[in-house]
Amino acid sequence: MKRKLGRLVLYVLIVTGAVVFTIPLVWMLATAVKPIDQAMSSPPRWLPYQYVMEVDGQTVSVGVDEMPEGAVPDTPITVGVAYQWMLKIDGEPVPVRPRVESVGAQLDMAVDVAVHYHMQVQDGGVWQPVRLADNDVVPVVEQSVDVVMIDGDGYMSRKAVDPSQLRKTYDQTTKDMEASFGETETLSVPVAALSKTLVPWDDRKVLAHVLIEQRAATVGDLSEKIAFRWRNFGDAIEAMKMFPTYLKNTLVLCVLTVIGTVCSSTLVAYGFSRIDWPGRDRVFLLVMATMMIPFPVVMVPLFTLFRDLGWIGTLRPLWVPTFFAGAFNVFLLRQFFRTIPRDLSEAAKIDGCSELRVFWQIILPLAKPAITVVALFQFMGTWNDFLGPLIYLTDQDDFTLALGLQFFQSKSGGTQWHYLMAASSLVVLPVIVLFFLAQRTFIEGISMSGLKG
Amino acid sequence: MGGALTRGERQNLLKGVGFISPWIIGFAVFGLYPLCASLYYSFCDYDVLNKPAYVGTLNYQEMVGDSVFWKALYNTFYFAVFSIPLGLFMALMIAIMLNQSVRGRSVFRTAYFLPSIVPLIGVSMIWMWLFNGDYSLVNFVLSRIGLTGPGWLTDEAWVKPTLILSGVWQVGGTIVIFLAALQDVPRSLYESAEIDGANAPVRLWHITVPMISPAIYFNLVMGIIGALQEFVRPFVMLGGTGPNRSALFYAVNLYQNAFDYLNMGYACAMAWVLFVIIVLLTWGATAVSRKHVYYGGDG
Repeated sequence: MKRKLGRLVLYVLIVTGAVVFTIPLVWMLATAVKPIDQAMSSPPRWLPYQYVMEVDGQTVSVGVDEMPEGAVPDTPITVGVAYQWMLKIDGEPVPVRPRVESVGAQLDMAVDVAVHYHMQVQDGGVWQPVRLADNDVVPVVEQSVDVVMIDGDGYMSRKAVDPSQLRKTYDQTTKDMEASFGETETLSVPVAALSKTLVPWDDRKVLAHVLIEQRAATVGDLSEKIAFRWRNFGDAIEAMKMFPTYLKNTLVLCVLTVIGTVCSSTLVAYGFSRIDWPGRDRVFLLVMATMMIPFPVVMVPLFTLFRDLGWIGTLRPLWVPTFFAGAFNVFLLRQFFRTIPRDLSEAAKIDGCSELRVFWQIILPLAKPAITVVALFQFMGTWNDFLGPLIYLTDQDDFTLALGLQFFQSKSGGTQWHYLMAASSLVVLPVIVLFFLAQRTFIEGISMSGLKG
Repeated sequence: MGGALTRGERQNLLKGVGFISPWIIGFAVFGLYPLCASLYYSFCDYDVLNKPAYVGTLNYQEMVGDSVFWKALYNTFYFAVFSIPLGLFMALMIAIMLNQSVRGRSVFRTAYFLPSIVPLIGVSMIWMWLFNGDYSLVNFVLSRIGLTGPGWLTDEAWVKPTLILSGVWQVGGTIVIFLAALQDVPRSLYESAEIDGANAPVRLWHITVPMISPAIYFNLVMGIIGALQEFVRPFVMLGGTGPNRSALFYAVNLYQNAFDYLNMGYACAMAWVLFVIIVLLTWGATAVSRKHVYYGGDG
């Protein structure tokens, strides 16, 4: 009986603890896929949701300001319905904005509608927005047309292009509309040519020319649907502006530091474990002692040193030192190298193998597990490093993800939590995925570092 | 010295030094030189732009009267005094639980370990969101059980406890080391103790703790070194200082002196004081451990 009670208490404790330890990560992911109003809502909810309703025979998500308290299915509620007027131009539906609001009175009546479009020129495989240099000239085939375009540096330039390289595209999204050189034209079309299309409530600020109308409904008409807002990730990347650059820098640093650490630490560890030379163990004690030096002690002179070398504002201070063997990695590898039987290398040496060949052909292949640990830890260390980049990197072009995330946070303040959590997820998730891929290596590495010391 | 060596020994010396030469160069350039330079700068007035000017022990004297320095030192000690024992205790308890034969042990192990590999910048962001004053999950849960959550990151009295809690979330590495140590404790010890009628707390205190004392010692020293250099979380979560400097940590203060105020000499002096404190505490922990740590056969 007492035993059973003990087991029960154990399970309750272990499960509660595990849940508490997991909640912060889950909460980060949950916030990352919510619209901002749900991220900030009280009471908080785990999963993002939408209200859907049947409107004109179609099921579509609608906007609900606030659920009235104590609502019953009959409680009246006003919902927002988002829609577009679409017009088929050359077979493609294009969103338009009617000049007058009262569409639909008489089907044979003509209405004026505005369409937004861009002229584009194919330039190196991509379509670039341009403006016709002379608006009156309609492009005629087999004649060159002058266009104005913006080059990579943001300057406008005039250029003659072949009309076959020129096209007219109608803007579908607000982002299309915000691109440079947008034009509006007014078309007069019969009312019957327009069709009203409902759009999801969450797309109302994304798609072009979305109109909103209020509809009277009852709470019973609405149903809740779980809807993850994956768009947050793309939007967060866009809001961070230089995310791809940060990612590239981080990956470049990870690759360089892993190469540097593995190359240098294995060599040095070999020197400390497989060759008997006078004074070796005393020097190794010195190596171990350097682990005690707190980084702040060497921080200032390292900064001045790198400044004198002209390395501040480059990635070099963050990877060059890894090519000179860190004490911790040397220690880990030395422990492992020592377990490899002497006879193996002695036999090879008697056969005339040089020390380097023994290192390369016998020790390294056998030490793969330990090398994996060192590489993994270095990768994690570089990915997570914050202080180093903070001190040495001055230019946003060189920022790493960790620094870029902090920069984004301090810029956006405490407002865009859904984007901040989406961006954080993008920094955190690769590490977690890596853990699941290399779980054993992680655990072995940590136990190795802790126990044999 | 060279004369006393045989030909083979000399050859080995050359080879050995050849292999460790990356470390020798690295240590000279990125270790020994900065160490000496920093000691020298600590006796200088140095702002990076001008050459360091020797001022004797002025930086150290200034430190004595610098209330911000003392505040930062106090905050850091406060953090260390609570976070290290709490972290060790939690990690040990969790490790003991995980060491029992429970169903789904690997799932639990993953759940407890995972937070420890989350990048510190991510931890800071998550914690700022979880403990946000107005919309936080934590305060909502507290309100549900009838408590009013404090402004975790805005109330002077609460910022350090918040940081301590976020540190406890990351004890995964410590747990793994304890687990490895626990697995080496012979079962027979517990069995005979149980026959003698020792209950669980007694067994924990008289068998487990002594048997894994090397791991406790290791984690303690790592904890001291880590806690005294705590930087990223206070820097990111509280913008470096926190309300009324309540979260101004030693390493953050040092960073600010060096790179915000360009008092590089003063920063170096602070770094050396920190170094001495770490060495003294580690030495203290080692001295205590000599008496109490049990290393296999040589007790």
